[in-house]
Amino acid sequence: MSSATATTEPRAYHLPEEPHLHEGHSTMLGFWMYLMSDCLIFAILFATYAVLGGNFAGGPGPKDLFDLPLIAINTAMLLFSSITYGFAMLAMEKNKVSATQGWLFVTLLFGGAFLFIELYEFSHLIHEGAGPGRSAFLSAFFTLVGTHGLHVTFGSIWLITLMVQVAKKGLIPANKRRLLCLSMFWHFLDVIWIGVFTFVYLMGVLR
Amino acid sequence: MSDAVHPHDAHGHGHHDDHHEEGAHGTFGSYMIGFGLSVILTAIPFWLVMSGVLGDPKLTGIVIVAFAAVQVIVHMIYFLHMNTRVEGGWSFMAMALTLVLVVIVLAGSTWVMYHMNNNMMPHADMDMTGEMNAGHDMSTMANMSEMP
Repeated sequence: MSSATATTEPRAYHLPEEPHLHEGHSTMLGFWMYLMSDCLIFAILFATYAVLGGNFAGGPGPKDLFDLPLIAINTAMLLFSSITYGFAMLAMEKNKVSATQGWLFVTLLFGGAFLFIELYEFSHLIHEGAGPGRSAFLSAFFTLVGTHGLHVTFGSIWLITLMVQVAKKGLIPANKRRLLCLSMFWHFLDVIWIGVFTFVYLMGVLR
Repeated sequence: MSDAVHPHDAHGHGHHDDHHEEGAHGTFGSYMIGFGLSVILTAIPFWLVMSGVLGDPKLTGIVIVAFAAVQVIVHMIYFLHMNTRVEGGWSFMAMALTLVLVVIVLAGSTWVMYHMNNNMMPHADMDMTGEMNAGHDMSTMANMSEMP
């Protein structure tokens, strides 16, 4: 093949020059794709809740169970953790290691407070006999809210991991990239929580 | 992918990848605007529901969903730094596709299941709850078989 065309201009069936791809060049887009697929998981759980949310099986409904002031505090915790993570990112862009670590730690505290309140709420519900096995409504509720809580849990573990990484190796490009990924993950969870407190808690109490 | 077309020094600072620069943008001011807006957009729905000022639950529901939609957009812009240019527009495309799928899943599920409940089990909800409260599982079964 190649000998036949050798006399004329050589035909290239590939890029004449390899594109300059940096390490982690497409990480952000890839991570965004992951978040979008995660979004679909939550969409399915929201749909399940929308369908089953009215099936109380004679058990307690949202009005009997949900404590809105507690949920408001919980929402505030997650919102505060979002802004403190934002501050961590601003400190990171200025290459301030200790400020970054400090804001990450504050974020971790808010995330921990959120999880603590959520676990308190869950244990309270289960104690009252309104566990996930009580009715289809409660199964759907625990699955949706629990999945979000699980995400926050893993986000917190990831946050601790990255704080150790930054402590050991500083704000190297790889660590910055990881922190940016976690930033997207963390803010994404806050977006999902908007859906949870609106559709599950507020709409539940309205009905 | 748009990198190949753009001259590289168009960005001024450093040899960083353009994508990373765009992904990381955000200033103290923009974060505070986002935070302030989301506090307001969270507080108002909670206040509306807890105080019940609007009276009509349906109207309140519509209003709080509208607030949620606006807050999602605020978070997307100020916290997730989403716009149509990030990653050469591919992030936005992925998000648009996800949004379409989310709408299909949510609207489709509720629509189909609502009609199924209406057409397959007339008043099953009321009968079921009544029977369950009485605690007679067997009579529930009997009741269901009697249904037209």
